[in-house]
Amino acid sequence: MENLLELKNISKIYGGLKALDNVSLNVRKGEWLAIMGPSGSGKSTMMNIVGCLDKPSTGEVFFDGKDVSKESGKKLTELHRDKIGLVFQQFHLINYLNAVENVMVAQYYHSMPDEQEALEALERVGLKDRAKHLPSQLSGGEQQRVCIARAIINSPQLILADEPTGNLDEANENIVLDIFRRLHKEGTTLVVVTHDPEVGEVAQRIVRLEHGKIVSDRENEHFTD
Amino acid sequence: MFFRMVKGTFIRQKKKLLMIALTVALGASIATAMLNVMLDVGDKINEELKTYGSNITVVPQSSAVISKLYDTEEEDDDAQTEYIKEEKVGELLTIFWANNITDFAPETDTTVTLNNSEVGLVGTWFNHKLEFKKKGSVYTRDTGVINLRSWWDVESGTMLNEQAVSGDKYAMIGRELAEEKNIKAGDIITVSRDGRNEELEIIGVFESGDDDDNMIYTTLSVVQRLTDTVGYIKKIEVSAITSPEDELAIKAAKNPSLLSGDEYDLWYCTAYVSSICFQIQEAIPEASASAIRQIADSEGKILEKTELLMSLITFLSLIGATLGISNLVTSGVMERSQELALLKAVGAKNGQITFLVLTEIIFTSILGTIAGYFLGYGFAQIIGHSVFSSGVEMSGMVAFIVSVLIIFVTLIGSIPAIRMLLRLRPSEVLHGGH
Repeated sequence: MENLLELKNISKIYGGLKALDNVSLNVRKGEWLAIMGPSGSGKSTMMNIVGCLDKPSTGEVFFDGKDVSKESGKKLTELHRDKIGLVFQQFHLINYLNAVENVMVAQYYHSMPDEQEALEALERVGLKDRAKHLPSQLSGGEQQRVCIARAIINSPQLILADEPTGNLDEANENIVLDIFRRLHKEGTTLVVVTHDPEVGEVAQRIVRLEHGKIVSDRENEHFTD
Repeated sequence: MFFRMVKGTFIRQKKKLLMIALTVALGASIATAMLNVMLDVGDKINEELKTYGSNITVVPQSSAVISKLYDTEEEDDDAQTEYIKEEKVGELLTIFWANNITDFAPETDTTVTLNNSEVGLVGTWFNHKLEFKKKGSVYTRDTGVINLRSWWDVESGTMLNEQAVSGDKYAMIGRELAEEKNIKAGDIITVSRDGRNEELEIIGVFESGDDDDNMIYTTLSVVQRLTDTVGYIKKIEVSAITSPEDELAIKAAKNPSLLSGDEYDLWYCTAYVSSICFQIQEAIPEASASAIRQIADSEGKILEKTELLMSLITFLSLIGATLGISNLVTSGVMERSQELALLKAVGAKNGQITFLVLTEIIFTSILGTIAGYFLGYGFAQIIGHSVFSSGVEMSGMVAFIVSVLIIFVTLIGSIPAIRMLLRLRPSEVLHGGH
């Protein structure tokens, strides 16, 4: 299968600290990849580089065959706007906008806000009836589903989730993972950064990071699509 | 969506934005008050100085030449003095700026003998009813030293009212001379010159605080008889409301013929003391009109210093507003760093986020400026009434200048926040680092 993402000999150094140390990784199109590791292992740094939110100190990043590691900040902004959907542990919803407006924000900076499309995105995560509620009126699980709807509204090639179930209870965690399963079935590439084994073990492929290095990279034999 | 986000910020950060609006309002109010007072202060100081007497003196051409040659204010030798025809005095009220001439009085002075000693005697109008012709019609106007010497303090008796007495043999005497000669109100004195005598009734004793305290003031016709110059006067003192001198007025004062056509029209149609003098000379060709330098200089110096002070206050208030805005906007951006980082993460460009933040701040500043303008109107009136005992006229130009200044101040004050916003990295804010 063709690679959507290729990381070649990536290092990221903050001051004297190597957050990533000569890491190489390929992510295939339509693959569901979990990046796991303990706190401080370099997971978030990896996510920032994969999501084009940061540049590596050394090495190359290819997205859909194109080297993006030397691109300007403006080009990278366009890239993660057009091709990457982000899901955060803290949800980061704008608290004065209701659920559908939070989804429309991503449309506004991508192309044109379309409330009908935004409502359809909320329907895909089972939240159409909560469209007019403010974040403060939604549970943690519902807020994370709004965050996922915002990530998928522009039909990105890659969904990048940073500890997506970190602030959720078990019931909501299952709902979110079910949504990921559906997205994967639809052909969306998923990269989930997590330290939670239960979340990591549902992915198609699991990469383990420790001290900024990949210590294991394996296909999940228990993966059920 | 854009305005929904702006509206959302107004609701969510209303306290912060209210503080910005108040900061702007304070700066705008001080700038509005100071600039309006500054623009109006020239007229106000003119009005103040007008109460200190005449600001233009009109003398015969030859006296003016002698005065300029020898740099003297007065020419004492009657033998060398030319005169202006008394009938020409009314011509003052035919000039373009006639309405700005508030008072005037012709004068002829001489030295007379009183009780075996020489004293100064000034003949003038006290409250003369002047008839004059303008565009074929005859008008009357009361004028004289009653208004021109408004600071005279009549210590005993009353001010001479020409229109209430019969004849002209009346006089007012200065306090020091009255004390020296032991003259009181109601006394009859005899003054002599070249064998001519005049008996005058003292109507009042005045204190002037200047050389007039050693003089006798009487009606013009008495001095004309004593000096054998009936129908003639030595000079005219004129009090006129004038515009503050500027570069054009200074240039014109040197030589009006050096002005271009447009400059000449502007100068002629502005109530500069020099253009009023010029028009008086046009109306009375045998006379020379000039500004009383002391008054004009005082006005210029007071105006210059007042304007400098007000400019400084305006500048400092705007600096204060800039610093206040800078602090408030920067702390606002810091509070919203996650929201703004998220916008970057979903694809907003730096320019779009900057535009969003500046729209919020400028809209807030506009509201603050409107409030500040009206507040400044109040301040200006308080300053006007407490310093000049009259209101300050508000200028539309000031509203425009203040608006431009506040937008400039707002943009300058927002620079640190915008720099912070541009440096904001979603990777650090949204994930909490590595």
